[in-house]
Parts: sequence; structure tokens; C-alpha cells
Amino acid sequence: MNLLDLVIALPGIGFILALIIPRAQEKAIRLLTLVFSLATFVVSLGLVAGYQFGKAGQQFVSDTVWISSPEIHWHVGIDGLSLWLIVLSAFLTPIAIGISWRYIAHRTKEFYAFLLLLECGLVGVFAAWDLFLFYVFWEIVLVPMYFLIGIWGHDRRIYAAVKFFLYTFAGSVLMLAAIIYLYTLSGTFDYAAILDQLSAGRIILSHSQETLLFLAFFIAFAIKVPLFPLHTWLPDAHVEAPSAGSVMLASVMLKMGTYGLLRFCVPMFPNAARDNAGWINILAIIGIIYGALVAMVQPNLKKLVAYSSVSHLGFVVLGIFSFTQLGLDGAVYQMLNHGISTGALFVLVGFLYERRHSLAISDFGGVATVAPWLSTVFVITTLASIGLPMLNNFVGEFLVLQGAAQANFTWSIFAAIGVILSACYMLWMVQRVFFGSTHEDVAHHMPDFNAREWACMIPLVAMMVWMGVYTQSFLPHISETNARILDQSRMNVPLRVSLPGSTISHGGIGRAR
Amino acid sequence: MHANFFPGADDYLRFSPELILTIGGTLMMVLDPLFARKLPRMFGHLSILLLALGIIGACAAYTVPGYSFSNLLVVDGFGAFFRVMVLSIGILAVLSSYKYLDREAAETGEYHALLLFSIVGQCVMVTANDLIMIFIGLEISSIASYILTGYLRNDKRNNEAALKYFLLGSFATGFLLYGIAVIYGITATTKLDEIRAALNNPSTPLAMVGVAAALMIVGLGFKVSAAPFQMWAPDVYQGAPAPVSAFMATGPKAAAFAIFLRIFMTSFEQVAGGWEPLIWISALLSMTIGNFAAIRQDNLKRLLAYSSVAHAGYILVALASRSGDGTAAVMFYLAAYALMNIGAFAVIIHIAGKGERHLRIEDLAGLGQRQPLTAAMLTIFLLSFIGVPLTGGFFGKFYIFRAALESHLVWLTVLGLLNSAVAAYYYLKLLVVMYFDEPGEVANSLGSPGAGLQAALIIPAIGTFILGIVPGVVLNFARNSSAFGR
Repeated sequence: MNLLDLVIALPGIGFILALIIPRAQEKAIRLLTLVFSLATFVVSLGLVAGYQFGKAGQQFVSDTVWISSPEIHWHVGIDGLSLWLIVLSAFLTPIAIGISWRYIAHRTKEFYAFLLLLECGLVGVFAAWDLFLFYVFWEIVLVPMYFLIGIWGHDRRIYAAVKFFLYTFAGSVLMLAAIIYLYTLSGTFDYAAILDQLSAGRIILSHSQETLLFLAFFIAFAIKVPLFPLHTWLPDAHVEAPSAGSVMLASVMLKMGTYGLLRFCVPMFPNAARDNAGWINILAIIGIIYGALVAMVQPNLKKLVAYSSVSHLGFVVLGIFSFTQLGLDGAVYQMLNHGISTGALFVLVGFLYERRHSLAISDFGGVATVAPWLSTVFVITTLASIGLPMLNNFVGEFLVLQGAAQANFTWSIFAAIGVILSACYMLWMVQRVFFGSTHEDVAHHMPDFNAREWACMIPLVAMMVWMGVYTQSFLPHISETNARILDQSRMNVPLRVSLPGSTISHGGIGRAR
Repeated sequence: MHANFFPGADDYLRFSPELILTIGGTLMMVLDPLFARKLPRMFGHLSILLLALGIIGACAAYTVPGYSFSNLLVVDGFGAFFRVMVLSIGILAVLSSYKYLDREAAETGEYHALLLFSIVGQCVMVTANDLIMIFIGLEISSIASYILTGYLRNDKRNNEAALKYFLLGSFATGFLLYGIAVIYGITATTKLDEIRAALNNPSTPLAMVGVAAALMIVGLGFKVSAAPFQMWAPDVYQGAPAPVSAFMATGPKAAAFAIFLRIFMTSFEQVAGGWEPLIWISALLSMTIGNFAAIRQDNLKRLLAYSSVAHAGYILVALASRSGDGTAAVMFYLAAYALMNIGAFAVIIHIAGKGERHLRIEDLAGLGQRQPLTAAMLTIFLLSFIGVPLTGGFFGKFYIFRAALESHLVWLTVLGLLNSAVAAYYYLKLLVVMYFDEPGEVANSLGSPGAGLQAALIIPAIGTFILGIVPGVVLNFARNSSAFGR
């Protein structure tokens, strides 16, 4: 049992304990989940401390046989890509618990238990190195989120919850078929082993086989991202979910999709990924612009933020399928940035909802005069989301655009429109909510931050600045892993060009040539 | 092959579960007039005891695997597995019947005796090595089930269901028997392994074998409620007493799948090219019809009936893969399915109330708030039906579709998996009502489920998790015994 196992196990244990504690002990349950989620975060920082640069492959590996036949392993490990996503999940869960502290009044026990189960599943998704284990965690995540939306959501919660579940489930069964198919070819579920076999040419996929397998994985991930036109579940789920649910959904769960694209689709099926990159990037750019335009006309705060997510995630997909080091780095950095800044936006929107009991932009106005601190923090978050230099999103978007420009300049021209549009819809929203004349209801029901709310917001704002100013803390881990993924994605191109200084070298490559 | 008319001690040991249950069942018929009024629950306890003894007998029989009674019977891993399965299903069915029989003020003696006889029939089916034995077992099992279906004889729906089941069931048995006759005509034997040997002979008219196989598929397809022979299932499951529906959807079905496998994988393996397309079509039809019809159901029992048609379809996918892995997948899936289905029916029995008045989906409203434990159990079973990881249902589906892909049934796999996504919709609907709706009249007036029903909820839930977290134990046994007596 190493640190990584502990990061996965802690929320799981917390989940079981929370189920055991009697329903009446609400305070104890809340405290317990908070303690467990904080402990998870602290332990996850241990992963950062213990991470070794320059070491190929995964670290903190834990590999034991779970099921002997067919051989399925509990095989977890991290690299620079999963490291930060795990830390992000562990970072946001205590905040999600914090913002729900007062808001969730009924069935508290299940709520907090499900949050921990969600965290357990999310960390597992990012840590799994066995395809089967990955699928298990991938599906487990669905269950708590389904209940979070369905029980504690707003008016149309049931519709949203069912739509969310079915969309994701339908996508992931295709992925399961592809995983099993890969197993029949390779005889293992171990991701690293499959990758080895693919790059060594021991498994040779025909063109159509590779394309179909790629699509089976891609559709599952694209639904999760969500890529235009598969995004329709997202606004519903975001708007109806309780704040904590929206935060976890936007900040971490969407990253499951982009993580999957980068971790599995690109390295395993490089030819198909490159062949299909054209239309995928066009869809991503449509998503960037379409998401921004739709966000602009939303009368509902949460829906606006939700559509802005569609737009932001378009950048991530564009970065990944640009197949450049800069693009990949930017995509991963943007995953983290979006997690922080959009997470913060959902937290703040949740605070506004708790005060005003409405999400309609027209019900607000002049909040800045009555709640100056809340407004200040909101504006900082908005600026981060728009991509103002010195704040986090700027770095990610810049890198993605630069990477996309290297690959195809036209792409970056169109994608850059999205940056401008994001400034339009966000600033216009800020203007209507925080400035102008103060509505009477707003004046009476808009206290400023209390201590708990400060405690939730300060870490988020601090991260926005840190990630915007000192990228060196985060980017090296990511770049190193991305370089390997990029190498891997060149490994299978038909001519099998040998790469000088390639970090991955397999004895089998020579044979395959 | 020499005929041995003097069975030895091993023969009796190999036949011990059937012996125990037959003697016990007959004894209960005798005791019925004496104790029925005074100790109505005693028969339930007694049947559990007998079934537990039966399980011990089945395990003891497996210590001396081999043929018995002139090769009529074969005790192998496959047979032992299914024997233990149907006997365990029997125990769960008895546990879930206590409260029901009490509520409906029904006689308990005959009920349990019939249940035991039905299980005797299934035990014979799963260990038979001879088409005639299979037929006898099937008839013992079916006739007892026909009576159980109409057990509450003053209830109109019970009678209707029993009549329908009986008429269509006999019709289907006729097909099976006709198939057996044709095979006997071609090969001059009814022993499964001898048929296999005879079919290897190049002079065998393969077209006639195809006809026989098709006839048997009709008969067996009816018994496992596979499309297009599924018409009876919703009506019968809806009309029969709920614990009987639970039993019928699991026990007789598992036994019917067992003989399906044994006949087709032993005798007809060489002519697979002929019957595989039929199974392929039937699998796809069952999944699609079952799932799409279930979406439209309002009645819980009908919903589960259609879902059982769909699940029969998944199992047929494994059958169509025609491999040892496929057989093992069927065995695993049936075990997982039996657990979740009995569990789900136990919840229905609980909420139905006297005369089964509350069977609509809306009657589950607010169960999550009023009876969280019951609701949590049903949630586990529903997630297992959907195929969410860490439940038995997930691994069942996984093994089935893996076997199918290994046999290159790519399209069937893709369509099957998409089907399971469709199925998620109607199972989720139950979860929605149970957790997201405000408690209705039914949930508010529910009493405690009682010890028997509680056990029938908790044991399957634990079993579902065991199969979902450490499936290796069951699967390894299934794989090791999937080669039959070949």
C-alpha cells in the first residue's frame, strides 16, 4: 500500500464510515467527510513531493492481481498528467463540502457520502493503468453524480440526472466493447503492456480496425468532454445540479474525457487520431465559438457558466489534436485552469443563489454596492476565466493557440475568436449582476462573505494567481509526460521513423520494421 | 456401454439431492393435514432444511463425479454448479414466501411441497445425460410450476396465468419432444454423448439434424422466454403469485439454460454452423424486444418480466459464442441474475401488499426516505441489472461480451452493449421514483418486511457484491467445468 493507494482508499473508507454513522448525527457526518477529504488532499500533496522528474513510465505504482482469470490487475500509478488531475480532485472536494455546509439541509448523510464516493472514483480514473480498472472507476463515478443531481438538484433535476446518466453510459458501453476487443487481441488489460505490444508491432491493427477502436474510445470521451454536438447533456446537468455537484462536474468530471483522449486515444491509435484530427478540430472550434455565442444570450447564470465550459473545453481538444508539444502542454494546463476558474465561478454562483434564491441574471444588479468582497472575488475569477495575463487561463489558452498555430494557422485564427467572445459574455454578465442600480431584494438579501465562504474562496483565488504567475511549479511535470505521449503518437506512423533521443525504446520496434 | 441395472452406493450418492427432496416433499404432503392449521410456518422451515441438505448432497455427489444409472445421469462440475444454484434459488424463494403466504392466508404445505418437486425436476434436468431424462426433469419441473402459478385459486389473474402457462408450455414441450424423436430416428440413441458420436458419422443426414435442432430451439426458447417465444412471460409473471414469479424467472430458467447448453454444446457441437445463426437472431430479438417493451411498462412485475426476456437475450449471446468461455459466462451470468432478480422481486413482494394491489412503478415513490435499507438493496439490484461495476451483473455482462468478441461476434456485441444502455433507462426510472419522488401512500403505510423477506433481500445483495468484487471464485469453477463430459 503506497501513497497513491491511500489517496484512492481514504475517500472510499470515508464513504463507508459516513454510511455507518446514524442519520441523526448530521454534524458528525459533515465533519467526518471534511476531515477525510482534507486528509486525502494532504496525502495527495505527498504525491507531488515524491514525484521524480526524468523517470519514464508511471510512479507510485501499485500492482496486484484482482481477478485471476481473465487477468485483471489493481494497477495504479501516476505520471505528470495524472498527478495534477488527482491533486485537483483532492483539492476541490473539501471546497465542495465547504460550500454545501449550510445549503444541503435534507438527507445530508447520503449527500456527503456520495461526494466522497465521487472523489474516490475520480482519483481512481486518473490513477488506473489497467484498462478494465479504468472502466470500473469510470462507471462508478456515474452513480454518485446521478444521485447528487437527482436528489439535491433544482426543478428539472430528474430529467437532467437521467439524461446525464444515459448519455455517459451509452458512450461508455462502446468503450467497454473496444476494451474487450483489445483484450482479445493482446491477451491483457494492462495499459502499458498493450501500448508496448502496439508500438512493437506485435499487434497490427488494420486501418479500419484502428479507426473503429479509436472511434469507440473517442465517442465515450467526447461525450464526457463534451465535444460539440454531444454537449447537450451538460447545460442541463450543470443547471440542475447543486453547487457542489456543478463544481465537481465542471472541474473534474469533464477532465475525465480530455484525460481519456490524451491518455488512451492518442497513444494507442496514433494513425487514426492523426487521420481524424481534422474534423475533430473543426468540431472543437465550432464548440469554442458556439459555446461562447450561446453563453452570451443566456438569461441564467449557471447556464452561462455551463456554456462557457463547452467553449473552454473546445480549446483543450484543439490543443490535444494539434499534435504539438505546446498544444498538448496548453491543453493539460487548460484542464487544470478550467478546473480552478470554472469551479470558482460555480462556487460563487452558488453563493449568489443561496442569497437571492434565483439564478436569473435579471434578478440581480448592483450587488457590488452591498457585497463588495464577493464582487471583488467574482471579478477576479471572471478575469481569470477570460484569460487575463497574470491569471491562470491566459497561460493555457496562449499555449493552445500557439500549438494550434504551429499545426494549422487557420485553426488558431478561429479559436482566438472564442477568447474575444469569452470576454464579451463574461464582462457583460458581471456588469448586469454586480453594477447598475441595486434592486431592493438584492440590497436586503446580500450579505458579504462569511468565514466559511472565505475559507472556500481564498485557496481558489490563490491558485488562480499562482498558476498564472509561476507556471514552473506545474508545467514541467506535464511537459515531460506530454513529450512521451507525443513520441508514442509518432511511434506507429506507417514509416516508423526512428526518433533520435526518443524516451521510449522498445526492443520490438526493430522487429516490427 | 453396458447396461447396469444394479445401482451401487455411488449411484445413490450422485442422486442424493433428488432423493432428499422427493422424500421430503412427499413427507410434507403427508404432514400437511396434521400441521397446516397449527404451524403454518413449519413447512417453510422444513423446506429450507431440506434444500440445505440438498446442497450438501449436491456437494457430496460432486466428490464422486461420473456417470450413474446406465449413463442416464452425469454428475460433473457443470451439473453440480447448477444443482447448487437451483437449490439456493429455492431457499431464497422460500424465504421470500413466508410473509406472502401469511398475507394471502394460503396453505403452506402444498406450496412448499410443489416448490420442492419443481426443484427436483430442475436438479434432474441439469445432471441428465439423456434426452429422455431431460424431458422427464423438464416435465416434473414444469407441472409443479403450472400449479404454483395458479396457486391462489380464488384469484382470477392466477388462474388465467396458470392456464396460459400450461397451454403454451405443453405446446412448447411438444416441440422439444418432437425434436427428440427426430434425433432418435436419425441416431438411434437418446444419450447426449452417443448422439455426438453418431453425428460424426459422415452418412448422417445433416439436414434432418438441423430440423431436430431447430425444433429443440423452439421448445427450449420457450422455456427460457427468448424471443420470439417470449409472449407468455409477461402475462404469466404478472399473474402468478410474486414469489412464484421470482422463482420461475430464475430456477426453471437457469435449469432450462443448463440443458440448452448441455444439448447444444455436447450433441450438436459439430453442426453449430446450422444453429448458431438461429441463436444469434433470437439473442438480438430477445434483447431488443425485451428492453424496448420494458420501457413502456407501468407494472413492476411486467417490467421485470420483459427485463428477464432481455437478460435471456444476453445469455443467448454467450451461447452463440460456442466456446468454453461462453459456457462459463452463461453459468456466471445466471448466478448473478438469479441473485438480483430474486432480490428485486423480494422488494416487490414487500411493497405489493395484500392481494398485490400495489404493483405500479409509482408505488415505489419515496421508498428511499421511508425504508432506506430496502431501497438501498433494490438500488444494488437495479445497478446490477444495468451492469454498473462492482456488481455481479457487470461481470456477467463483461464475461458474456468477452466470450462473444473472442468468437468474433462483433456486431452482436455492439448491439448487445447498446441494448444494455437502453435498459439503463427503465431501471433508472425505478431509482428516480424511489429516491427523487416524495413518499406516497404506499411508502408511508409500509410495515417492516419481516425476517424472511429481509434475509431474501440481504443475502442476494451480499451475493451480488461478492460476484462483483471477487468474481474469480465462481468464474474459475465455471471455467473448469465448462467442458462437460466430452
